[in-house]
Parts: sequence; C-alpha cells; structure tokens
Amino acid sequence: MLKLSDVSVRYGMYEALSDISLTVEKGELVVLLGANGAGKSTIFRTISGLNKPVKGTVEFNGESIGGRSASKLVKKGIGHCPEGRKLFPAMSVYENLRMGTYAVRGDKKETARMLEHVYELFPILSEKAKENAGSLSGGQQQMLAIGRALMSRPKVVLFDEPSIGLAPLITEQVFNVIREINKEGTTVLLAEQNANAALRIADRGYVIENGRIVVSGTQDELMQNDEVRKAYIGA
Amino acid sequence: MQGLKKMRMPLIFLLVALLFPLFTDNQYYIYVVTLAFIYAIAVYGMNLVGGYTGQLSLAHAGFFAIGAYALGLLTVDANVPYWLAFFLALVITTVIGTLVGLIALRTKEHFFAIYTLCVGYIIYLIIYEWDALTGGVRGLIGIESPAAIGPITFDTGISNYYLILVFLVLTVIFMKFLTESIVGRTYVAIRNSEELAQTIGINTMKQKLISFVISTFLAGLAGALYASFVRFIGPDISYTMMTFDFLMYAIVGGFGTLFGPVVGTLLIVILTQSLQFMEDFRMIIFGPLLVLLVIFYPRGIVGGYQMWKMKRAYKKKQRSVDQGSTYEGGD
Repeated sequence: MLKLSDVSVRYGMYEALSDISLTVEKGELVVLLGANGAGKSTIFRTISGLNKPVKGTVEFNGESIGGRSASKLVKKGIGHCPEGRKLFPAMSVYENLRMGTYAVRGDKKETARMLEHVYELFPILSEKAKENAGSLSGGQQQMLAIGRALMSRPKVVLFDEPSIGLAPLITEQVFNVIREINKEGTTVLLAEQNANAALRIADRGYVIENGRIVVSGTQDELMQNDEVRKAYIGA
Repeated sequence: MQGLKKMRMPLIFLLVALLFPLFTDNQYYIYVVTLAFIYAIAVYGMNLVGGYTGQLSLAHAGFFAIGAYALGLLTVDANVPYWLAFFLALVITTVIGTLVGLIALRTKEHFFAIYTLCVGYIIYLIIYEWDALTGGVRGLIGIESPAAIGPITFDTGISNYYLILVFLVLTVIFMKFLTESIVGRTYVAIRNSEELAQTIGINTMKQKLISFVISTFLAGLAGALYASFVRFIGPDISYTMMTFDFLMYAIVGGFGTLFGPVVGTLLIVILTQSLQFMEDFRMIIFGPLLVLLVIFYPRGIVGGYQMWKMKRAYKKKQRSVDQGSTYEGGD
C-alpha cells in the first residue's frame, strides 16, 4: 500500500535519511523504532508531503507521491498524527475534530458518523467537546490528536510517537486504541521509542539509526533480536 | 433566543448607530463617526489577514489608496458613472491584491511583514511621483458623492452616514459568517501552525491567498467610500503611517476578534478628535495607553471583555457545582 524505495532526504547539507526502503501492506500495523534524531519523524514528514525526497520514490497504492503537496495527500487518504500532540489550543475539542474533516468536508453524513466513532473510542472527548483543547491533560491531548487524524477517514495513518511523555497506564490505553483502529481496517505506521509496548501490537517493524534502516523483521524476530533487545527493550 | 442573547451587545450598538444622527445636529460629529466607520471597514480587512490568518500585511494603506484613487480617477478623469466606477475600483484593488499576494505570500512571518511594508511604500511612491495620472502631491479634487440609487440621494452628511453604515454592517455580517465557517477556522489553524494545518489537509497557500485577497477587497471598499465621502484624496492616505493607524485600531479593539475593529476604530478616532487641541502632543497620552493595553489586554478591548465573561461564567459554574455537591466547605 505504501512503499518507499531508496529515499534520501536532506536538511540543507545534512542528510537526514539515506536510502530508506520500506513497505507497508494494506491492513498492517508496522512500527518504526529508533532513538531521538534517528529519522523517524523525517520519514513521516516525507510520506505526508512536508519534506521532499532528493532521491528515491514514495508510492501510495501504486501511485508515485514523492513531492506532492501535503494537503492533496490527506485527500488521498494519508492521515498524519504529528509528534508532541500538536493541537489548535485556542479551539475547542469539537472544533479541533471538525478541522480534521477539512479535506473531506463535502460528505456531512460520513463526517457525523466518524465523529460518533471518535467519541466512542474516546468518551472523554465527548464530555469535553466544548472545552479548549489547550486545557486538556497530556493524555487527553494525545487522544484528541489521534481522533483528529481519524476524522479525515484515512486509509493509512502515521502516528508519530504517541506515547511520548505519557504515563504508562495512558500509554497502554493509547496503544489499545491504535490496535483497535488497525483492526477496523486502517493501515497503521507507528513511530516509537517505547519498543516494548509498540512491538506488542505491531505486525512488523523497522529499526532506524542515523537515517538508515539497520534491522527489519516481524514482531517475533525483533523481539528475539539481541541488538534490539539491548538497545530498546532493556532486557 | 440563545442566539439573540449572544448578539445583544452588537444589536444595541447597531441601534445606537442608527439613532445617533437623530440626536445631534452637529455635522462635525457625524463626519467623524462616518470616517471611523470607513476606517473600520479597512481594519476588518487587516484583521482578517493579520488577526485571523496570522499574516501581518503592512501594505494595507496602499490598497486603501488604490481603491480611493481608482474611484477618484474613474469618476473625475474618465467620467465613468459612479456605481460602475465603484464596482471597477473594487475589481482593480482585488486584482492588484491577488498579484501582490501571489508573490508576497511566498515569504513567511516577519519577512512577509517587511515585504508588504515595502509594497505599501512603493504604492505610496507611485501615487506621489506619477504626477500625470494621480496629480502627485496635489492629489485629486472634486470627486463626486455617491450617485443616487432610485429616489435615495447621497448629497448630505447624514445620507452618507447611513450608506456607509450599511456597508459596515454588511462587512461585519460577512466576517461573522466567514470566521465561523470551516474555511474561517482554517485561517485560525494557519495562524496556529502552518505545518500542522498542512498535515490535516489544508492547502495553506491557497487559503492564505484567499484571506489576503478578501483583505485587499475590504481595503479597496473602504478606500472607494473614503474618496467619495471626503471628496479629496492625496498621497498621504497610502502612507505607512496610515497602515500603522489601522494596525493600532485593530490591536486596541482586539486583533482576531469579530467586533474588535469597530470598537477599536471608533474609540481611537473619537479620542484622537477630542484630543485634537493637543496636536502632536496627544501621542504622549496615546503611547503609554497603548503600552498598558498591550500588557494587560493583549487581545484588545473585545478580547479582554470575552475573557472577563468567560471567567465569570466559569466562577458561576464552580459555585453551582459547589452548592450542588456538598455543603462541607462551610460558608
């Protein structure tokens, strides 16, 4: 469904990604593991059109999308839930969700159904619908960011470190919801440092270091891999 | 009912505005308030692109002047019928606005502000120097009053007052619908974070351009009304000072609020007029007032009022929650 071949991205002279090749099949939940600065977010920004690759191709459903504008890609079905739960703090919870439907705003009925569904996934958002997004707790903000990404009814969603700065209990809750979203048929690409929790829900994974993919494999393979265990799981 | 209650303040405001000419015979007061209404329309444009979309355009007086000069030249030199000239003036301003926007919006943040500041100054220079067309420093004299629409004529101060009030009310209604629509919310989203707006699927370049073009349209509208109301225009209306006056009105009233431009413009224009006897010394009063306002009410008078209302509603809610649950806390 999503295929990167030999993608390189530069920030000025600095090469942030070198020859990244990865694939995500329809219905999969794939995790990207890596430390800070490894290039996870850059991969996401490249897929969602915020960065342009200097080399290589990005394909989505067989169509080359490298260098397309971000707004068009959202319409095509690529949802992005950016790092650090970026919200519109001065808008209410409901308005944040409404902004998420911008790309598909024509279809009112589907939008209403999706809103219902997001409220089902996160009942707290329904309770706080009228409150300012800036007044929510960290976990609630993350839930809102996830909910907003879903509002455009994406075929594939990129979750960029959804567990960052959250209490373990909340992290588990967020991961459960991500798994649920995946089970409902949405393809998920998840970037994480929290390898233990992420691998538990993932089908496959890639490990990224210094802008390169160093290890890839299925959930079991990565769980058993000594290097991965040492570096990310701590066992 | 709920909606009516929410609109209570603006409706009272409108009623006062409608009745105001009946309570005063002083033509000068009417003149000053009419002028404030015209400026308020222009400030709405600045408020849209600067306050809501977060792109501080400092070429605003330039577009105001383009609207004014377009109307003036078309009616005085080309003898075009008034309302046709009025319409053409809006088209001309909007087209120039689109062209400038296409280039200017490639820059961001302070670079955008600096770029538009330069554009504004260039417009001033063109008007000032292009003697053959604009009359240069002498300006344009003898622009006609708005032509009669059917039986309604606009040759008195009061009739002009009502005509301009109608345009102002239409502007406010338009802004209300625009800013509450999803398109209007995208402007706030862009102000918040352009990148985030992109990731949720907003074509930020297109939306910024539309917002910029609407703002120049409103500047042109105000300029055209100004030209036929004052009936004399000079290059000073395109000068940078004018832009900063507009900006001051917007900030005092509340940048990025629906009623900020009206409140700020009326207040400052009336204050300026009543301090006229102090001449340029009135800036000694204005300066500190502005500084205090920005420190204590960064979102202006309207923003401050909204905060106060929200706090009050919150306290009320807290109180009812306290009473509803337990009386353990005493008093």
